[in-house]
Amino acid sequence: MTGAQPKVTLDLALDAGLTAEEYDRILSQLGREPTYAELGLFSALWSEHCAYKHSRVFLARLPQRGPHVLQGPGENAGVIDIGDGWAVVFKIESHNHPSFIEPFQGAATGVGGILRDIFTMGARPIAILDSLRFGELDNPKTLRLVNGVVSGISWYGNCFGCPTVGGEIAFAPEYAGNPLVNVMCVGLVRADQIVRARADGPGNPVFYVGNKTGRDGIHGATMASATFDEHAEERRPTVQVGDPFTEKLLLEACLEVMRTGAVVGIQDMGAAGLACCTSEMPARSGTGMDVELSRVPQRETGMTPYEILLSESQERMLLVAARGREEEVRRIFAKWELEAVEIGRVTEGGELTARLNGEVVARVPVDLLAEAPTYRKPTTEPSELAERRAFDPLTLPEPSDYGDALIDLLGSPTIASKEWAFRQYDQQVGINTVVLPGSDAAVLRVKGTRRALAVSTDGNGRQVFLDPRQGAAMAVCEAARNVCCSGAEPRGVTDCMNFGSPERPEILWQFSEAIEGISLACRALELPVVGGNVSFYNETSGQAILPTPIIGVVGVLDDASRRATQWFKGPGHRVALLGPASVSLGGSEYLWARHRRLAGRLASLDLEAERRVQRAVRAAVSAGLVTAAHDCSEGGVAVALAESCVTGCAVMGCEATLVTADRTDLALFGEGPSRVVIAVEAARVREFEGLMAESAISWRWIGTTGGERLVIRVGPKVVVDVDAGQLGRAWRSGFEAHMA
Amino acid sequence: MRFGVVVFPGTWSDCDFHYVVSEVLHQPVRYVWHRERELGQLDCVILPGGFSYGDYLRAGAVAGRSPVVEALRDFVGRGGLVLGSCNGFQILCEAGLLPGVLTRNECLQYRCQSTHLVVENVDTPFTRGLRAGQVLTMPISHGEGKYYADAETLARLKQQNLIVFRYASADGKVTKASNPNGSLDNIAGIVNPEGTVLGMMPHPERASETAMGGTDGLLMFQSLLGSLVEDGTFLKR
Amino acid sequence: MKVRVLVRLKPGIMDVQGAAVQRALVGLGFSEIADLRIGKVIDIELDEARPGEARTRVGEMCGQLLANPLLEEYSMEILTDLAPRGVAG
Repeated sequence: MTGAQPKVTLDLALDAGLTAEEYDRILSQLGREPTYAELGLFSALWSEHCAYKHSRVFLARLPQRGPHVLQGPGENAGVIDIGDGWAVVFKIESHNHPSFIEPFQGAATGVGGILRDIFTMGARPIAILDSLRFGELDNPKTLRLVNGVVSGISWYGNCFGCPTVGGEIAFAPEYAGNPLVNVMCVGLVRADQIVRARADGPGNPVFYVGNKTGRDGIHGATMASATFDEHAEERRPTVQVGDPFTEKLLLEACLEVMRTGAVVGIQDMGAAGLACCTSEMPARSGTGMDVELSRVPQRETGMTPYEILLSESQERMLLVAARGREEEVRRIFAKWELEAVEIGRVTEGGELTARLNGEVVARVPVDLLAEAPTYRKPTTEPSELAERRAFDPLTLPEPSDYGDALIDLLGSPTIASKEWAFRQYDQQVGINTVVLPGSDAAVLRVKGTRRALAVSTDGNGRQVFLDPRQGAAMAVCEAARNVCCSGAEPRGVTDCMNFGSPERPEILWQFSEAIEGISLACRALELPVVGGNVSFYNETSGQAILPTPIIGVVGVLDDASRRATQWFKGPGHRVALLGPASVSLGGSEYLWARHRRLAGRLASLDLEAERRVQRAVRAAVSAGLVTAAHDCSEGGVAVALAESCVTGCAVMGCEATLVTADRTDLALFGEGPSRVVIAVEAARVREFEGLMAESAISWRWIGTTGGERLVIRVGPKVVVDVDAGQLGRAWRSGFEAHMA
Repeated sequence: MRFGVVVFPGTWSDCDFHYVVSEVLHQPVRYVWHRERELGQLDCVILPGGFSYGDYLRAGAVAGRSPVVEALRDFVGRGGLVLGSCNGFQILCEAGLLPGVLTRNECLQYRCQSTHLVVENVDTPFTRGLRAGQVLTMPISHGEGKYYADAETLARLKQQNLIVFRYASADGKVTKASNPNGSLDNIAGIVNPEGTVLGMMPHPERASETAMGGTDGLLMFQSLLGSLVEDGTFLKR
Repeated sequence: MKVRVLVRLKPGIMDVQGAAVQRALVGLGFSEIADLRIGKVIDIELDEARPGEARTRVGEMCGQLLANPLLEEYSMEILTDLAPRGVAG
């Protein structure tokens, strides 16, 4: 092994993923040619993944402040105050590309990465939610992907000991070549004990903690290095392998060492590994860092400075300790059988200096690394969109039997029960989960208080495809509405933006419009976006995924016992439908599942009406008037009613009457925002009516629970009359039958 | 009654047991580090669930050879009580404190679900507050919970009435459909001949509060507390 | 024909299982261990008498299913007896 580094040229910079302009900028800012290791630093930190070059100008439009925000974007994760001295830390992140290459390890390391983002803030992770998108299940390759991803999540989360409490799984052909694996994690921390990713205090020691460094996941640029070496084969970047056991030890060791007060700052070595931590941490603090790479614990021999800096080996952290407290740090990590090696110091002067056996291999201003160029590339509305939107779904034939149509829809993989996946996840460890997966939102109590958290994720790619701005706004509304249906008040948002290549104006237009939609909805609902992730380049041979912003919402219940779930609890309860009457089959699940069409217009969204409906639902649940509350979304009111009938422990029938629409399928399966199905015990009907009158929303009684059948009339005519048990069987087997 | 909750690297039900003992039962409890050898002051040691040492070799294999488990032999010899749940059961079997072994679930997948258990043996400190044939509801959460023992061991377990819990239907029938992991004879929990070491795959700590959806797990703890008073072996604190 | 396949992680792939077992053995006093890696043994009996053919077929099995080419490598040997070996050491 040698410290000698290849000479850097423009060609090498281009191979490393930089543009000619970016390389020029490096030359002029440094006043010299970068070393090979320095080129590696720039290629990683100026990559889209780390620097958000194409998205930053748009992301700035998102509202990031609010009365409860303790930490917005820019840290390992966002933090929201929930009262009683507690704060909730949460973030969603994608691991799409690694999961496609190696589904089990890709998904597992996705879980591992987001868990570390949460506990580096000082929080104990209490919940995981996974938002997954796959191609359709008629393809054996998709079945293998689903199996691999679900078992990877199961293995990592279960072994680590954080419950998986929610998320969604949906299927569409556009995800066949690019599945989405987005993982959200939620943690709890005392509000006065939040730890940040800073490197304050020149002279403070810098510790490397956790697993050893190997050549895992060194991307793009490394391939170029192979041309300088006869052992090209061995130098290939390797698949990252997760180690949930070591991660669990890291969690306990980090939380223990943080409690001593010896920690100044800590950051997960995620994307771009050590390079990212050693530049971002001092950049936040206006300091520099001087590190000796030979001290980094290494799993493989002959690693170059470039490789040590850019390795993405898992379960590693960079920790800055208070000077003089080194022994405490070492002792606690040793207790947990982990390495904690002092590799350098915080310095003055704002430079990152990396050495190998004393010899400087890189010396770069950290601000230059941390402040990559940003771009505002052109955006164009896709030309075919107007035509798709102009399509009128009501020109398609109506089903001959609406009962059968409902059974089919309920059994479609996207709507059907995901029990097959969730029973592979530990849902309860930590004994906080008071509403298990299967309702609109999972609810977790906060021990030692009367409060609880409600969490939900949502994102409908078809709606966003047809109308990125409104579709994305509706995703925010739906995730927040799910949280409200449990009785909680939404407090904060995290978003994972999954799109194709931003270098295509049509894709960037989708992205820009979606950000605008999220921004509008968040402002209307007074929800800050405290963190998130952008995943571009989700396309294969020019075929992009459906634009898919996944929205995670965290809400707070002041009284954990005043909560609601989505299923009917008993007979004789009155059923109400809250929200505006406007619905559409455009972009609906019904239109896709039955007619294989992705077209039409979305029903209009009135954000003020949405806000009022959410408030009314919360008020009704917290007043204890509600026995069930269910968001009415995919599949329309017919599917919402059917789900309330069949998703509980015992199946319950219901009779309902809907107002006539242009067509029966529109009345039953038409989708529109801001709608909620609610059940109320007969004795509380008066009170409920009073509360609704105050709330200034449109709503109607539509039926009563009871019996063993779901009977739906449109106007005077019975259009659905199905045994609820049969609906239940269709719902339970629709996804699982494919996986058996 | 003084409880100890053992913490191995990779244990995760430790906090849950600690919470139930201290906040629900209001009994004194402390964590016991896996390197400790001194258990003298404790009345009942709990081996909680988790993935000790990642369960990377075999579930419970490494933990079953740790200092605290060596100390447990002595503790058991002196009449101390041991409750192993989930990974704790696997560790007890690996350590030879209970017979048999827990192998990969028959479905080859992890299973987290609610189960019904029929109580077979009420002549233990953990179950004496229960009725024979009583059905308890408790969740399981494991990938390796399929109990296996050779024919001779199984015959001995039956003959000496050492099977404490079996997976059953809601009305207490031991059926194939109610067996979540393929366990031999639907075995969910067994005890040593002295009745002082109980191993079970289900999680009583997850069924000890109405907020968590059930309190059947609490019945076991209440049996324990009551049995100590009746026996007069220990003074209730 | 009896074939024994040995599937191992490729060099450079982190062996989380091996690392944890090594740590545990060191904890039990086997401090002389410098490295420990864990693999899988798969014994296969084929209706095929020609060793060359058997190797080809088992190689296909490894490529398609038994080994994950991203993470693992494999080797095989033709056996006369499939009983576990070297127990007495």
